Amino acid sequence: MNLRPSSDTIRLIVPALSLASLLAAVFWLQPRAMSYIGLNLLFNLAVPIALATIAQMLIMAVNNLDLSMGAFVSFVACVAATFLYDSPLLGVPILVAAVAAYALLGVVIHLRNLPSIVVTLGMSFIWTGLAVLLLPAPGGHAPEWARWLMTAKPPLMPMAIVASILIALLAHFIVMRSSFGVLVRGVGGNERSVERAGWSALAARAGAYGLAGAFAVAAGIALVGLTTSADANIALRYTLLSIAGVILGGGEFVGGRVSPIGAVIGALTLTLAGSFLSFLRISPDWQIGAQGAILIIVLALRLFLNRIENRERRR
Amino acid sequence: MKPSMPTPSAPPPPIIEVENARISFGAVKALDGVTLQIMPGECVGLVGHNGAGKSTIVNVINGGLTPDEGGVSANGNAIDAYGINVARAHGVRCVFQELSLCPNLTVVENARIVHRDLGGAGWRGRARRIIEESLDAVFPGHGIDSGETVGALSIAERQMVEIAMAFSDAGTAPRLVILDEPTSSLDASLAKQMLAHVRRFVAAGGAVIFISHILHEILATADRIVVMKDGRIVAERPAGGFTAHSLFETMGSVAKGEAARRESRDLASAPLVLEQAGSGLPFTARKGEIVGLAGLSGHGQTEMLMKLHAQRSGNWWPRHDPAVAFVAGDRRLNGVFELWSILKNLSIASLSDLSRQGFVNDEAEEGRGEDWKKRIDIRTRAMENPILSLSGGNQQKVLFARALSTRAPVVLMDDPMRGVDVGTKQEVYRIVRDEAAAGRTFVWYSTEMEEVCLCDRVYVFREGVIVAELAGGDVNEANILAASFQGAAA
Repeated sequence: MNLRPSSDTIRLIVPALSLASLLAAVFWLQPRAMSYIGLNLLFNLAVPIALATIAQMLIMAVNNLDLSMGAFVSFVACVAATFLYDSPLLGVPILVAAVAAYALLGVVIHLRNLPSIVVTLGMSFIWTGLAVLLLPAPGGHAPEWARWLMTAKPPLMPMAIVASILIALLAHFIVMRSSFGVLVRGVGGNERSVERAGWSALAARAGAYGLAGAFAVAAGIALVGLTTSADANIALRYTLLSIAGVILGGGEFVGGRVSPIGAVIGALTLTLAGSFLSFLRISPDWQIGAQGAILIIVLALRLFLNRIENRERRR
Repeated sequence: MKPSMPTPSAPPPPIIEVENARISFGAVKALDGVTLQIMPGECVGLVGHNGAGKSTIVNVINGGLTPDEGGVSANGNAIDAYGINVARAHGVRCVFQELSLCPNLTVVENARIVHRDLGGAGWRGRARRIIEESLDAVFPGHGIDSGETVGALSIAERQMVEIAMAFSDAGTAPRLVILDEPTSSLDASLAKQMLAHVRRFVAAGGAVIFISHILHEILATADRIVVMKDGRIVAERPAGGFTAHSLFETMGSVAKGEAARRESRDLASAPLVLEQAGSGLPFTARKGEIVGLAGLSGHGQTEMLMKLHAQRSGNWWPRHDPAVAFVAGDRRLNGVFELWSILKNLSIASLSDLSRQGFVNDEAEEGRGEDWKKRIDIRTRAMENPILSLSGGNQQKVLFARALSTRAPVVLMDDPMRGVDVGTKQEVYRIVRDEAAAGRTFVWYSTEMEEVCLCDRVYVFREGVIVAELAGGDVNEANILAASFQGAAA
């Protein structure tokens, strides 16, 4: 065994370092954030984003991209705030059907060889339309258990941190350790050789989409648990946040290179970047631009490290 | 057909038997009635030039292709639905010419993909044991960490992993391993280790199909050698019945008449227009010359064309005077604009000549379109028709016209005649000759012997470098084959 860190570990260094330095900067600006409640406030909105990022990562693992993530999470939030609260017997099948619809999308995209970007862009209007039908105006109620789950106060660490760690570990187990995860990433890496070994790339892609749907459903429920009510546009920005989170966490658009732990860290970093800018008293007008600047800096850093890695390999 | 070693009483059934297999891709006959038996305990060498049908027969045996006619039997039983999983269940494994591991997965995870029945808790441990045992057996002292991502390994290491993967045993023991150019990225000592393992595997009752362009490897390792040409088996003998010389002679065609030969021209006084130094022989081309790039496909010819192109074209800004034009080989990939009309496809390379102050002059464009339509006979009613309404050969003519209608003094051609009918070929040959006579320089990579023989001078490539230069009367099939296959000159 050699002591050189594996390339996966190197991939995690940039996201981990950016999160750490951003956190240090926040603590320096606002020492009171360094507490149980402070940390929970900083990070609790990160939980649904982390779940959506994992969902996006699964789609990206098979070389596709999901532009309907935000619309779908909004739709799920609306279902959770209405049917799941009023009549769970109807709400649960709706959500199960939504997951099945995701798996079906994977099948259609694979069989017809359609560009996933176009298909999911179209789907985003369908999900938004359904969400508006359910909740034309903001409203609804969070199911008791979702509310309880998101506001629980575990000892030692705030819920936001515990949940993020659990999500990261679960996703790591599924994507990086299980046979299914290997197959999904294999399809992203070299679809032909997976098929040559006698696997069904169709099943792998459908599975990846279905699992992504399940994580996105969890994201919607977690979001309602936090906000107590829903609205048809509640999570629209999740589409881009989830993509940015995956990339920030060391994932790539093609080639099946993804990192679940990195994706969760990426989601946390994105959430924290917003708070950091507020603490800096940057006017909200400039915040989105500044958030973009942070993204560009981190991504440039990664590109730089990739280049060094490649240069070493060539030697 | 006879097995290499006659066995007394009840010979074992062949592991795989392909009977009279025929496959056509469109008009091209990839396999034209091939019958092949692979017996346990033999190493079969398979040789042939580009497009001889080696890869196709390999794909039939590993279940990736179903022959249009003919069948496959395993262990003496004919199998109706022969496919990838059936082949694997009979112990057929394949190392492909292009690396076929998933670069984003670790070696262990790739083993999981290759062995479908490895699942269940603790598969990582089992996969690690299986692949490491196999690596240790084939390449003792390999030094590859099976936890490493394949993308982080060197090319040679990847190839080693792939070979070891094919020989690894996870429940279904490998019985027939197909090695398609397995030593192309291995150095001599690693190749030796692998060949030694092939002999051990064969001695233990396995079978190997061995494809290589290094003839002495085949002669030294194989028991029986099968020579393919134009989708047929043209010779099949025990390895002892061949010498390197007789092998490549069998691969070549029966001496064709020199009918299509160009008259040799004296160009020694013409000025040099292209120069490119490399690790092999240097490349030069003179004004008005047709220079051929030959050798087995994928041995650096396209890279040379790219280098020449990069050397002669502007980096960021397009040059006003184009110095070089390119005719792509893969029309779909980098040739035609599928949604555009024939005229737009033709004029795109010379728009700067046809426009004034940044606006395209429609009349000039149409005039040029009609001119070229007549000159090279593009068979269409109107140049406004979509490019995809043309046949493949006519699309290729448009691409030629695109390059020739520029003022570029040099035209680079990347095997542009693949899948083009004979009539079109003759027309294009005529155009190329006329244009060359008028002073244009052509650099022509072709996988077809007939075209290479049209050139004034030919560079033969092997493993990314130029290994031979042939000129005038020396440009013939035997010389080109001899230079493309290593060890043939001896």
